[in-house]
Amino acid sequence: MRSNWQILVVDDEEVMCESLAAWLREDGYSVDTAASGRQAVDQSKTNEYAIYFIDLKMPGGMDGIETMIEIRKLRPEASIIIITAYATVDTAIAAMKEGAQEYIVKPCNPAEISLLVGRIIKVKNLQRENLILRKKLNRQYHYRDIISKNAKMRELLDLVSQISNLRSTVLIRGESGTGKELIARAIHFSGDRASKPFVAVSCAALAETLLESELFGYEKGAFTGANSQRKGKFELADSGTIFLDEIGDISPKLQADLLRVLQERSFYRLGGNDEIHVDARVIAATHRNLQQAVLDGEFREDLYYRLNVIEIRIPPLRSRREDVPLLANHFVERLSHELNKNVAGVSEPALGLLMDYDWPGNVRELENAVERAIVTSKDRYLTEEDFRFLEANIEAHRSWVPPPNMTLQELEKEAIVAAIQRADGNIKEAAAALGIDRSTLYDKIKRYDIQR
Amino acid sequence: MEEDVSAIEAGAARLLGVEVRRLGPLPEPDYAFDVRRGQYSSVAVMRAFAAAAPAGDAKVVGICERDLFIPMLTFVFGQAQLGGRLAIVSLARLRQEFYGLPADRTAFLSRALKEVAHEVGHTFGLAHCPDQACSMSVSTDIRQVDGKRAEYCRSCAAVVRELTAR
Repeated sequence: MRSNWQILVVDDEEVMCESLAAWLREDGYSVDTAASGRQAVDQSKTNEYAIYFIDLKMPGGMDGIETMIEIRKLRPEASIIIITAYATVDTAIAAMKEGAQEYIVKPCNPAEISLLVGRIIKVKNLQRENLILRKKLNRQYHYRDIISKNAKMRELLDLVSQISNLRSTVLIRGESGTGKELIARAIHFSGDRASKPFVAVSCAALAETLLESELFGYEKGAFTGANSQRKGKFELADSGTIFLDEIGDISPKLQADLLRVLQERSFYRLGGNDEIHVDARVIAATHRNLQQAVLDGEFREDLYYRLNVIEIRIPPLRSRREDVPLLANHFVERLSHELNKNVAGVSEPALGLLMDYDWPGNVRELENAVERAIVTSKDRYLTEEDFRFLEANIEAHRSWVPPPNMTLQELEKEAIVAAIQRADGNIKEAAAALGIDRSTLYDKIKRYDIQR
Repeated sequence: MEEDVSAIEAGAARLLGVEVRRLGPLPEPDYAFDVRRGQYSSVAVMRAFAAAAPAGDAKVVGICERDLFIPMLTFVFGQAQLGGRLAIVSLARLRQEFYGLPADRTAFLSRALKEVAHEVGHTFGLAHCPDQACSMSVSTDIRQVDGKRAEYCRSCAAVVRELTAR
């Protein structure tokens, strides 16, 4: 997305700086300003600017060319555009010789600057795409690779960038298919552990004993079949990150073991006597409401607080519908290429259908739906007809029949419990979904003795 | 001017589905005139506009007859506080007469409405949209203004709808 590229405008005139920055921000770029060459160099130490606009004439020691030379030492990959009020061949040549990518005379046409930035960004996007493709081979995602124009998601991505260098434990919550592992990978690969291992374990996929040996490893002879010593995932993730998916499903025994690792940063292999120390950042994820599980006595409270140091909640796709067109087109672009089909996009009416759909399986379901539509489509643009199968899903929900011998009150209680769970305990949201007001919902919660 | 503003006002109310109120005119922006360029500084006009605009949550759009510029560019069609409240739109370059052509009120009003929708979209935090038919697509010349619609695309409309509903 455009907004991922950062631009720095350097000019001693405040009006010039601010107005150009504002104009570029409207184009979706993230723009900072600097009032002098010195300030620009300082800011470049902590910010990764992709493009610089630098005024040639600046008072106070460092002019545009000198500023550019310093910046090129810090950010050799950045594109630098030198701005001048008077075009002279000499200065233009000097600027280009020192590595300026472009040279523009102010004032210039809006179209000219728009094209110029567009052209530079196009090259940068290609370079990044190349990098992403290479990363994709190893599934090394950065938070900037995640697509969203939803305010909550953007906040979430900001948080990801802020916490990527920390060691604190992260708990990611989100419905199935919202991309919990993607966020975990983004945290790891955006931070200073990026070059170290990222080890993912799905806690729900394995039985308790298997999971235990998987996480902590075992010594030779620890159990029948343990013919040699084996390192566990925690050891493999040393100095990197361990991602524990579906943490809400682990047994009480493993909860206790895990708590110990989090507290002591050490553990024993199965059948082993040596204490093994690890420095692995723990990122856990769950689709369950762990707070509720704690109240129900199914999940240890102390472990919950150890895990929930930084909490990230990924909103379901139905609460960020504005992302549906973006994601749908992104998937079309990627999948039509992978599937070797000539599909260019999604038609307007089909987009309407996709935006109205509730996506219980979230982004993963959308990706699968787009893939299925591409496979069966005969058109250049995916039509409503291509997504007709989604209606069957809606119908499947609609044709739900309540179990026999259920009273109306029981049915109502079930509906309320489901709505509260879906809304993650948010009463306002649950009441809206049920079509009743908040006070009515509170009355019913009390009457049916529903735990929240 | 009076009739034009009324028409823009009605168009904006219809398009955005919100109530539009008219505030009194502001003084001529002589303070913003740049003799060398023969144009008006958009930044200076915006500052005066910000000082004069009423407090509150509503978006406030200033309609300006004068040709606006920022130092880097030869002109701007308008300016907005991205994710803020205020926007200004210059009508000067939306008239056919500016390009030496006979007046065309229909074309002019249609352009003005697109620019108002565009700048208002910025106040809702929307950046330029890649959909060239969407009023949030970038227009760096009058042909691009004519090439798009006053309406927002689905994606941009969803953002505006969500924020106006709050």
